[in-house]
This record gives sequence, structure tokens and C-alpha cells, in this order.
Amino acid sequence: MALNGNGNGSHNGNGAGLRLKIGLAEMLKGGVIMDVMDVDQAIIAEQAGAVAVMALERVPAMIRAQGGVARMSHPGMIKAIQKAVSIPVMAKARIGHFVEAQVLETLSVDFIDESEVLTPADELHHIDKHAFKTPFVCGAKDLGEALRRIAEGAAMIRTKGEPGTGDVIHAVKHMRQITSEMKALTVLSDQELYAAAKNLRAPYELVVMVAKTGKLPVPNFSAGGIATPADAALMMQLGAETVFVGSGIFMKEGNIRLEVGLDPAGNFLSPEERAEAESRAKAIVLAATHYNDPAIIAQASEDCLGAMKGLAVGMIEDADMMQNRGW
Amino acid sequence: MDRSSEDGDLRRLERMSKTETVIGVLALQGAFDVHAKKLQELGAQVRLVRKPEELVGLGGLVIPGGESTTFLKNLERVGFYDVLNEYVHKHPVFGTCAGCILLANEVTNPPQRSFAVLDVTVERNAYGRQNDSVILNEETSLPGGPLEMVFIRAPRISRHGADVKVLAERDGFPTLVQQGRLLAATFHPELTDDTRVHQHFLEIVAAESAK
Repeated sequence: MALNGNGNGSHNGNGAGLRLKIGLAEMLKGGVIMDVMDVDQAIIAEQAGAVAVMALERVPAMIRAQGGVARMSHPGMIKAIQKAVSIPVMAKARIGHFVEAQVLETLSVDFIDESEVLTPADELHHIDKHAFKTPFVCGAKDLGEALRRIAEGAAMIRTKGEPGTGDVIHAVKHMRQITSEMKALTVLSDQELYAAAKNLRAPYELVVMVAKTGKLPVPNFSAGGIATPADAALMMQLGAETVFVGSGIFMKEGNIRLEVGLDPAGNFLSPEERAEAESRAKAIVLAATHYNDPAIIAQASEDCLGAMKGLAVGMIEDADMMQNRGW
Repeated sequence: MDRSSEDGDLRRLERMSKTETVIGVLALQGAFDVHAKKLQELGAQVRLVRKPEELVGLGGLVIPGGESTTFLKNLERVGFYDVLNEYVHKHPVFGTCAGCILLANEVTNPPQRSFAVLDVTVERNAYGRQNDSVILNEETSLPGGPLEMVFIRAPRISRHGADVKVLAERDGFPTLVQQGRLLAATFHPELTDDTRVHQHFLEIVAAESAK
């Protein structure tokens, strides 16, 4: 297994491989990564203390509501956000769409999310992530899926949850699933690990690593339905090392964006809606940092103006679940 | 590692456990757990610090890598900035990457608030984005030969004062500096197997405690 990484994962001569990729993931721990759709939102995210932003044209709640094929974001939009903020900028490529990933690498995004939120481009294969210098994050519902993505070169895993819902139930389900599967491996004998690898449909070497440490060999973050400060703290207490927050910050009733921009004269188009987005972003960062401190989470919840309406995961048909994309 | 430095390690371990010095690691965000592990490997007692009262009684503090803007927001929000500012002006502190940025006299690209206790100017993200991150082996004045340095979206120390001792460089710019009881690195010694930089900090802490 190429996890110690030196000399691995670089087609353009850098040679430092997975250590640098996982190194950046380490730096992003203990924070919040926010989906942003324009420069104004990116600046709000940075000012609120986000550790990184995910540049995408439509947050999952909009993709879910509007339908159609969801693709990589426009390069011009990604570049504008890279210029506007000093924190890392991530962007999404479709599952298996290695050319979108090549484009994102050329744009020098700091992390590529091979994401089930976008419409998949390949029914069988994920991107060979070792072939890139840019690190990748991938979603997973269970340990086998996480280890298959790591085998392909992912430097960070995020539990999938159900994106764009504001319902945390599947984020919890997937985090508990992976955690309990990891715990179960730690008590198996050496002989049992071969069958465990078969059952997990994961490479034996990676299964052995998890059995030894009880942890994934890369940082494990959480995503998909986290909408409030308490949701963020819940996922952190369940073992997430950082949380991704998508539609929870910049959306209002009816899947419409909060108006956070400025008019040509430099005045806020809607000071109230701007304040609402800012309050949510700040509150979620505060709760993720102090996830073990109920008094601070209470304060964060109090400071938080409004929340996305949300869509109960139980009301979504299986075929419409984004989490079932990825193999 | 040769025999004599192993003996040195043992003596240091003994000294650390006798004095029961506790090293704090600022755990508001970033690579705090890797630092904690490294310090524990060297025999130090470690406390993760998230609140002002957790600074009390520490022998020294590590400010890890992460996002310096996130650190600042977190510090300001829970009334921690001023307390930490006072702490770093009096005690041994080791800042890596974002931690180094917080300690600097001046920050550029873009300019931001800092504790202004270490007489350096630091340029954020000076080498570019993640694709420009790199691992280099460079000479160091720490004993034991070249040092592996992991640079991740690294800052650059573009100016340093006369009281700042340069312990390692990259392309003529300092990457590891010491100013009395303050140590700062623009790279990530917590991400390598080499323990010399952390050992050096524990020696600074031991020397300060003995005063």
C-alpha cells in the first residue's frame, strides 16, 4: 500500500505525495468548511473563521430542488474566490470525471472533492487520485467505501450524510457506522482480518492498518445535513475531526439564497439577510471549536439567526438519495 | 540516532518527569493532536488548551499550524486574545506555520493582527497554494545533520531582527528561528519522524523553568 507516500501520487515531479496531501488535511482539523457560491459568501465564511471554502455554483439544496445535471463549477467563479480569500479553496468534480479533476488541479484548487453531490460521470470507476498532485476528499457511508476511496488515493474522508437536506440523521448514521466497523476490526485476530477485508470489499493492507489503530489512515470529516451549531457539535462529539456545512448557512425558505451582496454604491442589498448569514456562519464555527462545551454551544445557538427549513431524509425516495452515488 | 543522543534523550525525559512540567498545545483548530503526540513521545505531559484558564501552570505553549484567520476569530470570540497575548509575552512558546504568523511583529499578504512578540515579518502563503507545498531536506544548526521540512501552503519569514537566531533556512529565508524563549517554524516538524525541533523546544522550556 502506498500510504507512507514518498514519491507517490505526483505526475508532475513534486515527489512528496500523500504526506503533503494528508498534511493539509491535518491543518484543516477542528473547524468548519463552508460551501460558498460567490465572492461575497466566501468573504463571510472567511470572516466567520471557516478553515476552508468549497466553491460551487449551487449548494446541494438547490441542486436537489432544481434537478438537471450538476457539474464542476465555472473556472472563473473559482478563480474569483481564490483571489478574494486567503484560506484554502476546494472545488468539486463529478465521480469518475478525471478531466474535471485535471481542470481543478490546473486551477490550483487546494483540495478536490470527488462528490456525490454532482451527477456521477462513471458508473463503475472513481478517479485514480494517486495520479494527481492536488489532494482529494471523498464521501463514504461505511468503512469499506472509505477504504476503497483511500486505496484510490483520497487524503481525506468525509462521511456522506444526505446533502442539501438540513437533516443530520444520515450524517450521524454514517459516522456511527464507520466508527463501529473500525472498533469491530480492532478485536479481530490476524487470521480473521482476511475475511474481514473480503466482507468490507476493501484492500487487506488498509484493513490491517485500521485494525491496529482503530482509526482511518487519513483524517475523517463529516458532511451532509449539518445545519445548526448543535448539529456541528454533535458530529464532532461523534468523532468527526471537522465538519462541512453546505446549504445550512446561505439559504432561506423556498431554497432561495440569502441576499448577502452589495449594490454598486457599496451598500448591503439586504442588511438583515447579510446579518442572518453572518450569524449562522459564526455560530457554527464557534460550536465546532468548542464542541464539548454545552454553555458555548448554547450561546452559539442563541446568536444564530434562523435556520434552513430542511427536508426530512425519511421523505426522500431511495432513487433521489445523493448518498447512493459512489461505488 | 547514535548512542550518546539516546542517553541525552533519557536524561531529558527524566528531567521532564521530575519537574512534571506540562506543555500546552493550543487546540482551537489545526494540527494540535499531532503536536501533542510528538511531545508525549518525548516524555512531556501535554494539555490541550481551548480556554484562557487552561493556560495556568503550563511550562510552555505550542501554537500549531492551521488557518491563522480561524485562530484569530476563535480567540477574539471567547475573550481569549488578550490573555494569550499576555501569555506569549512572558513564557516559552513554539509556533509552527499559523502559530509563527500569530507570534510575528508584522504579517503581510494580507496584513493581519498578531501578538507582535517575535521580531520577524511573515508573508502568508508566500510560496503559493497547495500544489506548491513541498518536502525539503535542508541544513540546520541543530545537531544531527539536515532536517526534513514539510512546507504546506507555507508562509515566509521575509525579515528578521538582530535578536532573532536563524536555525534553518530555505533559499536564504529563515524557516526555523529562535528569539530567547520563543521558537518558530514556517514548516511542520510535527509531520515528520524527526524529533529534534520539539526536543529543542523542551530544552528551552526546561531552561526557563530552571531560572
